[in-house]
Amino acid sequence: MTALFKDVLRHPSGRIGLTLLIVFLLAGFLGKAGITPYDPLMQDRIARLQGPSSAHWFGTDLFGRDVLSRLMVGIGQSFVISFFSVGIASLLGSVLGLTAAWFSGLWDGAVMRFMDVLLAFPAILLALLIITIFGPGTWTSVLAIAIVYTPIFTRVTRGPALSLRRRDFVDAARTFGTSRSYIMTRHLALNLVAPLTVQITLALAWALVTEAGLSFLGLGTQPPNASLGLMLSDARNLMELAPWLLWVPAIALMLAVLSFNLLGDALRDILDPKTRRRLA
Amino acid sequence: MSYPIKRLLVFPLVMLGVSIFVFVAIRLVPGDAITAMLGTESGLLTPKQREALTAYFGLDQNWFVQFWRWFAGVLQGDLGISTTYGKPVMTVILEHFPLTLELAVLSMLIALAIGIPAGIYAATHKDRPSDLIVRVVAMVGQSTPSFVVGLLLVYLLSVGFGVLPEMGTFVPITEDPIANLAQMILPAITLGTAFAAAVIRMSRSAMLDILQEDYVRTARSKGIPRRRVIWRHALPNALIPVVTLSGVEFGYLLGGAVLVEQIFALPGLGRTVLDAILQRDYALVQGAVLFIAFNFMVVNLLVDLAYAALDPRIRFETK
Repeated sequence: MTALFKDVLRHPSGRIGLTLLIVFLLAGFLGKAGITPYDPLMQDRIARLQGPSSAHWFGTDLFGRDVLSRLMVGIGQSFVISFFSVGIASLLGSVLGLTAAWFSGLWDGAVMRFMDVLLAFPAILLALLIITIFGPGTWTSVLAIAIVYTPIFTRVTRGPALSLRRRDFVDAARTFGTSRSYIMTRHLALNLVAPLTVQITLALAWALVTEAGLSFLGLGTQPPNASLGLMLSDARNLMELAPWLLWVPAIALMLAVLSFNLLGDALRDILDPKTRRRLA
Repeated sequence: MSYPIKRLLVFPLVMLGVSIFVFVAIRLVPGDAITAMLGTESGLLTPKQREALTAYFGLDQNWFVQFWRWFAGVLQGDLGISTTYGKPVMTVILEHFPLTLELAVLSMLIALAIGIPAGIYAATHKDRPSDLIVRVVAMVGQSTPSFVVGLLLVYLLSVGFGVLPEMGTFVPITEDPIANLAQMILPAITLGTAFAAAVIRMSRSAMLDILQEDYVRTARSKGIPRRRVIWRHALPNALIPVVTLSGVEFGYLLGGAVLVEQIFALPGLGRTVLDAILQRDYALVQGAVLFIAFNFMVVNLLVDLAYAALDPRIRFETK
C-alpha cells in the first residue's frame, strides 16, 4: 500500500491528481462538518451579488449567501454521493461479475443479459427514471448512480475472473479442498484489485458528473441546500450580472473530475504490468 | 456459432428485457397518467369521465394485460399513443429524432476533425512541449462535463460578442439549413469537446503503440520517408481503436443529450423522454427508451463488425 502511494507520488499525473484530490477532500470535509467561513444558508440582503472580495473570496449569490461556504458544502455533498454510489456499484458489480464467471451457465447468462439491459439505457435517463420513482434526495441519487454504474463493474470483473478461473493456482487450490468462497474472495478477488482500483477512480469522476447533472436538472440535491449542479443551474440566469456564480462551481467541478482522471491514469500506468516496466 | 450471429440472437432477448424493465419502472412512478396529462383540469373530471379516459388508454387493465397489449402492438410496429402529445408514439419519436441524429453526427465530425490530427501530432512529437500541451488540453477537455462546456460557451458568447445563441423555435435542416446550423453549432461544439478529447487520447496512445511495432521499424529501415510511414503504414492501424471508440460514443449520443438539449432549449430525444417521465406519459417513455436501446445495440453491433472487418488479425472466437 505504501509502495503504491510512493509510485503514485512519483508519477507526474498521480502527484497533481492526488494533491488536487486532497484539497477537495479537505474542503468537502470542512463543508460537511459545518466549518465554513459563513453559514452557507445565511442570507444577507445587503450583500447580494457581490463580486469576489476579501470578505467573500468567491463573492455572494442572489440571496447574499457566501459562495465559498456554499461551494465547500456542495463539494462535500457531491463527494459523499460519489463515494457511496461508486462504493455500492463496485461491491455489487464485482460480486455479480465474480459469481457470473465462477458459476457460468444460467446464472452467468442471466446476470450478463440483465447488465446488457441496464447498459442499453442512456445513463442519465436511467438515473432520472429511478429518481422519479423514489423522489429526489441524497440517497435516491446514491441509489440511482450506483445502479447506473454497476454493469461496468460487473463487466470489468467478469472478464479477468473468467481467465483467472482457468489458471493453475486455482486448480491447485481446489485440489487442496479449499472452499469455493475462499478461492473466490482470496485467490480471485485479490487478483482483481488492480483493474478494479483503476475503474473505481474513473467511476468516481463519472459519478461526480452524473450527480452534478441530476442536481442541475433539479432532481438531485434540493434547495436551499448547496450542490455543484444546483449552483450551476442558479448561475444560468445571472451569468452576465455575476459571472463568478458560474465560474466558481464550473472550475471546481472540472478540477474535481480532473483529480480523479489524473489519478486513474497514474494508477493504470502503475498497476498495468505492461506500462510498469516502461516507467521503471 | 460466429460472434455476430450470437450477438444477433441475444438482441431480441435484451430488447424484451428493456421492455419489461421500463414498463415496470415507469409504472412505479407515483401519480397517475390521467392527472398528469390534464394537469389542474383533471379536477374537473367527473368520475365517469375519468373512468372512460382510463379505459381509453387501457390503464384499467392489470399490468400483465397492459404489457401484453403494448408488446403485441410493438411487434406490429405500433408503439401506442402518447398521452401528452395525443399522437402515436412513433410519430412523436420521429419528430424529435432527426435533431438528435444531426447533433450526434455534427459532434462526431467535430471530434474526429480535431481529435485525430491532434492525437497523431502528439504521438509523433512524443514528450516534446507540444505533446504535453495537447495532452493537458485533452485531459482538461475530458474532465469538463458537457453541460459545463455548454454554459461556459453561452457565457463567453454573450459577454464577448453580445450575442445569445439562437434559441427560438427549432428550424429543421430540411427547411433552412443555414438557420439550422446556426442553432446546432454551439450544442455540437459542446458535445464535441469531450468527444474530441477522448479521440485525441485514443489516437495518440494507439499511434504510439503502432510506432513501436516491428513492421513500422522495417518500413523505416527500408528507407521509406517518415511521413509516408506514419500516414500510410501506421495510421490505418492506429485508427482501428478510434473507430471503436467513436462508434460507442455515437451510440450514446443517439440516446439524446438531456442536459445539453436543456441548456440550448433544443427539442431532442433526451428532453422528450425527460418530459415524458415527468408527465408519466407511459407509452412515450416505453416507446422512446425501446427506440434508444435498439439504436444503441445496433450501433454497437456495427462497431464490432467494423472492428473485425478493419483488422484482419481479429476473427471472433468461434465456439
